[in-house]
This record gives sequence, C-alpha cells and structure tokens, in this order.
Amino acid sequence: MIELERVTKIFPGSEIPAVDSVSLTVPNGEICILIGSSGCGKTTLMRMMNRLEPITSGTIKIDGENILQKDVIDLRRHVGYAIQQIGLFPHMTVYENIATVPKLLGWDKKRIDERVDELLELVKMPAETFRGRYPRELSGGQAQRIGVLRSMATDPPLMLMDEPFGAIDPINRETLQDEFLKIQAKLKKTIVFVTHDIHEAIKMGDKVALLDAGRLIQYGTPEELLTYPKNQFVKDFVGADRSLKRLDLLKVKDAMLTDPVHCHADQSSEKVLEQMLSDGLNYLLVLDEEDRIKGYVNVDMLRGHKGVVGDVVHPMTITVGPDQNLKDALSKMLSFDLGIVVAVDDDEKVQGILNTRTMVSVVGETYDERGGHWGKITTGGKII
Amino acid sequence: MSEKAEASTAERVWLSLGFLAAFAAGAYAESLGFFAFAKNNPGDIWYLFKEHCYLVGVSSGIAICIGVPTGIFLTRGYMRRYRDVILNLLGVLQTVPSLAVVAIAMTYVGIGKTPAIVALVVYGLLPIIRNSVAGLAGVDPVLLDAGRGMGMTPAQLLFRIEIPNALYIILTGIRTSTVINVGTAALSFLVGGGGLGDLIFTGIALVDPAYMLAGAVPTAGLAIFINWAFGQVEKLIVSPGLTYD
Repeated sequence: MIELERVTKIFPGSEIPAVDSVSLTVPNGEICILIGSSGCGKTTLMRMMNRLEPITSGTIKIDGENILQKDVIDLRRHVGYAIQQIGLFPHMTVYENIATVPKLLGWDKKRIDERVDELLELVKMPAETFRGRYPRELSGGQAQRIGVLRSMATDPPLMLMDEPFGAIDPINRETLQDEFLKIQAKLKKTIVFVTHDIHEAIKMGDKVALLDAGRLIQYGTPEELLTYPKNQFVKDFVGADRSLKRLDLLKVKDAMLTDPVHCHADQSSEKVLEQMLSDGLNYLLVLDEEDRIKGYVNVDMLRGHKGVVGDVVHPMTITVGPDQNLKDALSKMLSFDLGIVVAVDDDEKVQGILNTRTMVSVVGETYDERGGHWGKITTGGKII
Repeated sequence: MSEKAEASTAERVWLSLGFLAAFAAGAYAESLGFFAFAKNNPGDIWYLFKEHCYLVGVSSGIAICIGVPTGIFLTRGYMRRYRDVILNLLGVLQTVPSLAVVAIAMTYVGIGKTPAIVALVVYGLLPIIRNSVAGLAGVDPVLLDAGRGMGMTPAQLLFRIEIPNALYIILTGIRTSTVINVGTAALSFLVGGGGLGDLIFTGIALVDPAYMLAGAVPTAGLAIFINWAFGQVEKLIVSPGLTYD
C-alpha cells in the first residue's frame, strides 16, 4: 500500500509547484493510473515514489513506512521501475538486462537463470532464442516486454511504470496491455502506472488519478471518472464520448436483464401465441428443457401453426458471454435485427438479455439525473 | 551475395595496389641503400626500436592512467560545469608544437628519458581526456535513469553502464593518442631519450637516406601495428550489442 500525504514538489528555481499537495492511497494489489496532459506532474509524482526526485514536502509511505527513512538504494532495488523509453542496456544481452536487479541483490546464478527463463516464458518469448540477444536485435514490442520483465525480475510487490507501453504501435500496445492484465490478475502487484492515454487508463486502471498543473483533480475508479466527472475539466479530459467509453468498461453481466420472459420448445404453439398476444409481445425467446437457448419465435410464425413451438423456432446464432464487454455486445446487437442480444454461459444456458433500452440507460448521459441505474432495471415481463 | 562479391573485388584491388606501392617503396629504399644498412646493423636498429617501444609504452600507459580517470572525473555531476573550460584549456595546450613541449620538459626535468616521457605524457593526454569525456557524456541519460531507478550505486552505474557504453569512444581516444605518440617519441632523441629518432635525426644530419629510413620505417611499422592491435582489442572488449556489422 502506498500512501501519499500532501506531497509537493517544487523544482529549484521555479515558483510554481510541479506537484501540488497531492494526497492519495493506492491499496495493495491494485493498478493506480496517474493521468494528465504533459507537464501535469504525473511523472514527477511517480519518480518521487522511489526518490528519483527529491520530495519538497509531504510524506510518502510504502506499507506504512516513510520512504525517506529507508536506504535509497535499497528502496529502489525493491520497487520495480519501467520507463517509456524502455532503457534496455544496449551492451547487455536480454538475459543480463533482466538479471540486473537480481545481480544487485546477490542472487546466485542458478536462481537467476531460472527466473529469467520463467519470465521469458511468461511473455511467450522462447528463452533459448532470446536469452542471448542484444536489445538492437529485438523488435519494439519485444524490447518493451523485456523492459517490463526487467522491472519485475525480483518479483517486487510494488512497481512504478512510466508509460511502459508508450513507444509502440497501437496494435502491439493492445496485445501488451492484455498480456499485462493477464499477468497482473495472477500476480496482484501494486502498480503505479503513468499514462496520458485515457483509453489505457480506463482499460488498465483499478483507480485513476487525474492530475492537472500538479494538482489531483479526481481520484476514483475509471467508472467513477466516466460516470461522475467532478468538473468540466474531467469531463473534457475523459472526452465527449465518455458514455461510449463506459461500454468498454462494463461487462454484459453488469447490465443484462436476468430472467427474461420466455417459453419452452415443448409448449404448444397456440397457447404461446395466445399468451404473446395478450401480453403484447412481438417476439419470444424459446428455451429447451435445460434452459439452453433454442432461438426465438414471433407472432407471424406461430399464427395458424398447430403443434409445439420447437417446430417453428428460428435459431439464434449470435449470443454473447456474460464476461464480454458491452461494446462487443452492442456490436452484436446491431448486427441482429431484433435489437436484442442474449447472454449465455459456456453451456449455452441463458443468463440474461440485453436490449437497446438497457444499453441506452447504461450509456445515457441522463440516466443518473433521472435517478435510474442500469442495475435496478428489472424485467417486469414486458421488455421484448 | 553480390554485395559481398563486390566488396571482395574492391578489397582485392586495394590489396594489389598496396602490394605494388610496397614493392615500389621497397625498390626505392633499396636504391637508397636502406636494406644494406639494415642488414649490416640489425642490432642497433633492434636496440633503438626496443627503446622506442619503451618510451611509447611507458608514456602512453601513464597518459591512459591519468587521462581516463580525468575524463571520468570531469563528467561527474559536480564537475560538469567546469568541463568545457578545462577541455578548452587542454585544447589550447595541444596547439603548442610537440617539439616545444619536449623543449619545455627539458628545461624543467633535465635530459634523458624522463623529460621525454613527461613531454609524451602531456602531449598524449588530450585525445584521451577528450574522448573519455565525449564517450561518457554521450551515454543515453535514459540508461542512467533506468540504472538509478533499479537501485544502482553511482559506482555501479559508472562501471556497469557508463564505461561499457562509452568504451568504444574511449578506446578510440587511447588509440589516437598512442599512434600519435609513436611519431612524437622520435623527438625524444633531441633530449637524450633515445629511440628510433636517433637514426632519423642522424640520417637528417648526415643527409643519409639509409640512416633515415632505418629509423622511419620501423617507426611507421610500429604505428601501423599499434593501430591494428587496438582494433583487435576493441573487437574483444566492446560489447557486440554496441557494434553494427
């Protein structure tokens, strides 16, 4: 856990503080994003955490201990550090680069060997191929991976990362981010992560701290920033399309309506039709006896049909999983003429349903003013 | 493939030209009586050659031992502001002709090998200091930041990051200095320091080309050899990660 208390940085010869009385707490195992436009003090703030920049005033505590009371060399060896320009040592091989901090800490060779191989394995770079390579023999994406691996070589509980995926094309960056999140899900490190990219912040952050001119403007989860921007600056920063950005953030299971109205495939067509007409429904989901999705029927299909619903059911091929994000769900919904998409689990069992109305209420600018919340919308039997 | 073939063709042309030049020079030297002289006095030439090597070795050794640490010292944080002043000063000193340096050394230290070595050290320092400073100052600050951020002490930064990355440029300075030194060492004769200058200056005084060449050819050969040897050392100790093939 990192606690910052009224941390201030004034560079010598400057009147204006580069970091102005910032207080925030990063809980263990979370990624805290420091974001802001260039010159907002985010990098300076991060660099104070391993004392690469002297602190003018205020205190920074790591796990309750004031960092000013620690030996600075020791502090840095136990805090991972990755930078935007990667900074791989060109005269060292990949192995030697990753082994830098372990060597400083005096690990024996066998332990270092194992660790290097293990780390390379983690990012699917075969150790036999890459161990002996020099940085100039790596592609940009590979170099950034090695840079990140180097910072986590000794498995430090706290890591500082200054735009670690900055110097890379967007496609590779996406891959690296995904990889990194997967690794983080396992390792649960406490990470302070600097970026200027709001998409990256929303995607990677458990918490986001938005800075402007050295001051902390808003600190909260990405969702809080998007949903309840504190002021116009935050609104502008997260972008006019912040509603759409929320789609990236939210999972289907957060927004779906559970227990949608449905019928079963073995029910008689006439009865179902009668029910639909009396409830004013145009479509109805059809499930099998184990609640797996069969498809849907509409009034025209059932009209005049004698037998069970299962005979006329129209199959539903496009479904989403409860853990997919709403952006994917919306995209599928738009490609499907009913304006709905059904969420099913791995066994095809129906978990819930998303329709345009739930989507609108999730992303709508106005929903919070109305006092409504997507979590509270219930099926009520008339959603189709 | 074709590029390689072209390169080797060019190499062959240069090699043949070199052979031709060497042959012409040899024939010309023969006409001046050089080989006859060398054949008759191998002991003298060998003795002076060893003396020459001693002068170069000792003076360059001392120049390296003073020059590289000075270069390192000048690039430490607290000295950085004086760096350019000191380099400029050294640059001005370098414009003093080598002969004058030898003469000045003699007035202070007397005659013999000592003034010769003092003069050679002074004269050989600048390229070493300048290249050490240039090499160390040219190390990407990002690398230093990364190293510092990972918890390297200043000494570890210097020996593990700065010097290995600056090595190529530092070695080039040492090489330049030493090669120049081989030529300048011929002046040692003038202050009683001996060396191959003995033959050269005697040859000039007697207007005897055989004498002159007996001093000049080994001197040139030594310079070329040292240059080549440093090239090999560079290949050995500069990290392959820093060179481009």
